[in-house]
Amino acid sequence: MSIYLQLFYEFFKAGLFAVGGGMATLPFLYNISDKTGWFSYGQLADMVAISESTPGPIGVNMATYVGFTTAGIPGSIIATVGLITPSIIIILIIAGFLKAFQDSKYVKSAFYGLRPASTGLIAAAGLSVVALVVLQKDLYAESHNLIDLINLPNIVLMVILYFFTARFKKTKGLHPVVFIAASAVIGIVFRFGGAV
Amino acid sequence: MNKLLDLFLTFARIGGLTFGGGYAMLPILQKEVVEKRGWATEEELMDYYAIGQCTPGIIAVNTATFVGQRTGGVIGGIVATLGVVFPSLIIISVIAAFIQNFADLAIVQNAFAGIRVCVCVLIFNAVLKLWKKSVVDKITLVIFLAVMLGSILTDLSPILFVLMAGVAGIFLSKKEAQTK
Repeated sequence: MSIYLQLFYEFFKAGLFAVGGGMATLPFLYNISDKTGWFSYGQLADMVAISESTPGPIGVNMATYVGFTTAGIPGSIIATVGLITPSIIIILIIAGFLKAFQDSKYVKSAFYGLRPASTGLIAAAGLSVVALVVLQKDLYAESHNLIDLINLPNIVLMVILYFFTARFKKTKGLHPVVFIAASAVIGIVFRFGGAV
Repeated sequence: MNKLLDLFLTFARIGGLTFGGGYAMLPILQKEVVEKRGWATEEELMDYYAIGQCTPGIIAVNTATFVGQRTGGVIGGIVATLGVVFPSLIIISVIAAFIQNFADLAIVQNAFAGIRVCVCVLIFNAVLKLWKKSVVDKITLVIFLAVMLGSILTDLSPILFVLMAGVAGIFLSKKEAQTK
């Protein structure tokens, strides 16, 4: 299968089955990474950050980014079109019988099950980012020193960021781009990537 | 023809001005679609938005298709949707190309090492927010845990979990309604 066709197919599936907005696309992107190896988990985390800090719907931004990374500008267009095609088809159908859809007992009860499932999928995807950030498997494999397994500075920053994004009243309403920018500065100043 | 161009440009502006999509989009939609253009009433927009949230796909895209279809038929729906994704395509392609070229710089690597920590926290906060709306009783808690563990421990496609949870929802929420 050509890479373009495969991109379209993968993102069509994500558009069809991701329920509940932006982040719901994330588990599908992890699945694509597992299956194709087009990009790593680390690259995905970077894409999430950039998608959150730029204008436009997060899901669309992530599709564009993955498409571009995989197959350049045609890839970015094809991945995005793949993602939105199911939406267009479904909404155009629903628009025809709006009332019936809104009042349907089946639709309501299906979503009663779909919503927690979508949350569970996003949580699982989130945990793989956490594992990437908190654990240093490479360093541990080299030294076999248990202290090396855990990245302490990252954990400290994580706790601080959680406090400011979710607990501290004065900052918790701020746009994510503020925290992403602050984290970038901290990363540069304290050399979080270990690059010199 | 003019109306289609208007739809495209209006939704391109909405896409380009919204950071984060979803909820962030609603105030701009209200201003552009309801107040300025009169393409929908406040109530209609809320309906489209609610349906956009509980149909598969990106909420912003679903809402754009809806408003476009109501204003300019099937073609209107497609044009509005292409408009809302247009700024993303341009902006992200430029940034992605830029980052690809500078990924080896120490400053870029260190910045992204810090940013990844922030991404963890942002995803965690998003999960908490969704949790409050989706995990409402014991049944939904079981579905959440089963899907999360299943997704971590197996290589099964997310599609399978979504389909099974939808079917489970139809059967289990019915039972609950009957016992009430």
